[in-house]
Amino acid sequence: MTAPILVVRNLHVRFPVKRGFFGRTVGHVRAVDGVDLTIRPGETLGLVGESGCGKTTLGRSIARIITPTSGEILYRDAAGADVDLATAPNYELRELQRQVRVVFQDPFSSLNPRMTLLQIVGEPLRNHGVATGSELEDRVAGMLQRVGLSPKYLHRYPHAFSGGERQRVNIARALILEPRLVIADEPVSALDVSVRAQILNLLRDLQDEFGLTYLFISHDLSVVESVCDRVAVMYLGRLVEVADTGDLYTRPRHPYTEALLSAVPRPDPRLRDSGRRIRLADDLPDPADPPPGCTFHTRCRYAVAGTCDVPGGAPVLAQTAHGHRAACLRTNELDLAGIEPDPV
Amino acid sequence: MSAARPDHDGPLLEIDGLATRFFTREGTVRAVDGVSLSVPRGATVCVVGESGCGKSVTARSVLGLVDEPGRIVGGRILWRPGDGDPVDLAALDPNSERMRRIRGGEISMVFQEPMASLSPMHTVGSQLVEAIRLHLPLGRAEAHDRAVDLLRRVGIPRPEERMDAYSFQLSGGMCQRVMIAIALACDPALLIADEPTTALDVTTQARIIDLLRDLQAQSGMSMLFITHDLGVVAEIADEVVVMYLGTVVERGGVDEIFHDPKHPYTRALLGSVPRMGAGSRQRLTTIRGTVPHPSDRPAGCPFHPRCDAAVAGVCDRSDPPDVPVGPGRTARCVLYDEAAVPASGVV
Repeated sequence: MTAPILVVRNLHVRFPVKRGFFGRTVGHVRAVDGVDLTIRPGETLGLVGESGCGKTTLGRSIARIITPTSGEILYRDAAGADVDLATAPNYELRELQRQVRVVFQDPFSSLNPRMTLLQIVGEPLRNHGVATGSELEDRVAGMLQRVGLSPKYLHRYPHAFSGGERQRVNIARALILEPRLVIADEPVSALDVSVRAQILNLLRDLQDEFGLTYLFISHDLSVVESVCDRVAVMYLGRLVEVADTGDLYTRPRHPYTEALLSAVPRPDPRLRDSGRRIRLADDLPDPADPPPGCTFHTRCRYAVAGTCDVPGGAPVLAQTAHGHRAACLRTNELDLAGIEPDPV
Repeated sequence: MSAARPDHDGPLLEIDGLATRFFTREGTVRAVDGVSLSVPRGATVCVVGESGCGKSVTARSVLGLVDEPGRIVGGRILWRPGDGDPVDLAALDPNSERMRRIRGGEISMVFQEPMASLSPMHTVGSQLVEAIRLHLPLGRAEAHDRAVDLLRRVGIPRPEERMDAYSFQLSGGMCQRVMIAIALACDPALLIADEPTTALDVTTQARIIDLLRDLQAQSGMSMLFITHDLGVVAEIADEVVVMYLGTVVERGGVDEIFHDPKHPYTRALLGSVPRMGAGSRQRLTTIRGTVPHPSDRPAGCPFHPRCDAAVAGVCDRSDPPDVPVGPGRTARCVLYDEAAVPASGVV
């Protein structure tokens, strides 16, 4: 097996909670709470979880938009040298940020309405001193063409484009510096069904063409299944399960994964009321004050008092099968249901 | 299907040739352009389509909630709550006494953004009591009891305490439950739900859908459910109406739509949804191009520039006819139009 492109070790990101007139810090939200994660070159790793679980924060720390509180983010650069992104000084980061790029979620707010496509997509080239003038224009035009936009749009503003087209601009901006690792944060969530399929296919074509590695952050499990090689499930700042996509969907080993899978509405009325229906309570615990023991025990239907809720007894991500890891104290006793393939 | 009792003729709600236009400075936008659909008693009808297809404007037209500069310019919306003559909601003044009695009383609506639809300045309880007392002749104490009861019915734990909560103290799922409680306050005959689960997590979405189905089973109300999510449609619909650029392109039972789609758009839409359990690295079918802006509608069939089955000289010239393709089913496409049948457009 080839060496991983990114290794995240024991990563923590905490945000202070400030209250009152003097803005005193009264506690910390543990947005990312001890995450270990490996990304292999050329793969698409999915990161799923409910809103507020810390998946976006984790993605942004890897791109160093957020500085993590502690932990390591070891990135293996093109030359094969390991760099710790968590502690890299700014001058080193600038170079590394050419290699690790982000596609943001909302195509409407992530593009500056007062800049033309040439300025938006060309800005990274200029900032990193890669190209200027007519060379910059040529490269931007080429990139636009590659993502399926006509180069004659170069001098137009984002408001003239639909959501799908804007997301193509977003992708062009991320890829113009020829990165190696792309963090795609909910890249298709704001898009219509027919356009979503176009963007997903585009992301895959670009991956094959440029040899990209993706961290694909999404809350949509059907989309994740269709694009990802491996999937990591996150709950309250921690990873609870990591496995190959097929494995995770057919044989989940964590009750939270099972519940997520059973909640996805399937586009087939004949599957209505079939299979195991697991309904989680609506309320996510407060990430500033997580429950003791396994943080999922308050919503878990398999939780056993005295085992799962012991303070300090939080389960760690442990190997359950080859390439499959889960953080559940009872994983070996449970028979969890996965997804049955659609009868087509 | 509609199990029309003898004392009720016809479906609860019948929309016939509805046209709603927005008269903007840039020109007229035909947001809803000849939509016909009906909601049988006790059934759930899903209106599905991509953004800009007019599904929300259709729903808002029913309740007279179309914002300026929009106006209903044609068609009828026949409302048959009981015996007696149907009321044409399209002809009613949106501010009239009759319309205000219907809106929130006989027909109520749940919106997409639960956080934005509740006022942060008032407690959940006072908003609920307000809705009850607007429509029912109840005193404060009775209305309060009814409100607590409603909160319990929609699955909110400790309802007495939650009466004094503000919307920002509740999670998105809880807010949506409160919105549903407000909508159910006066036992409506029809609940219009406009993307009620879109802003929610999958786990919460599943619970809200369960809740709506249970409430419907208990009360026998009809639902008009607006969504873009085909998974949700498969979970909840009895009948499906597929919309594209302001027109209904196909209507039918939920099983027929998913397993025997007729219209090329319905087929393409279903093909572009990833199937669970099909494994990773599926290649999805796409629909080429994008949905045109409603102010920039193509001539003829609105779908023809993106349609693989489009017939040059036909689809780009004349409006396709609404062809019956089975009992209770129509497809608005020339492919099903036998030459013998005169093309009549929207009936």
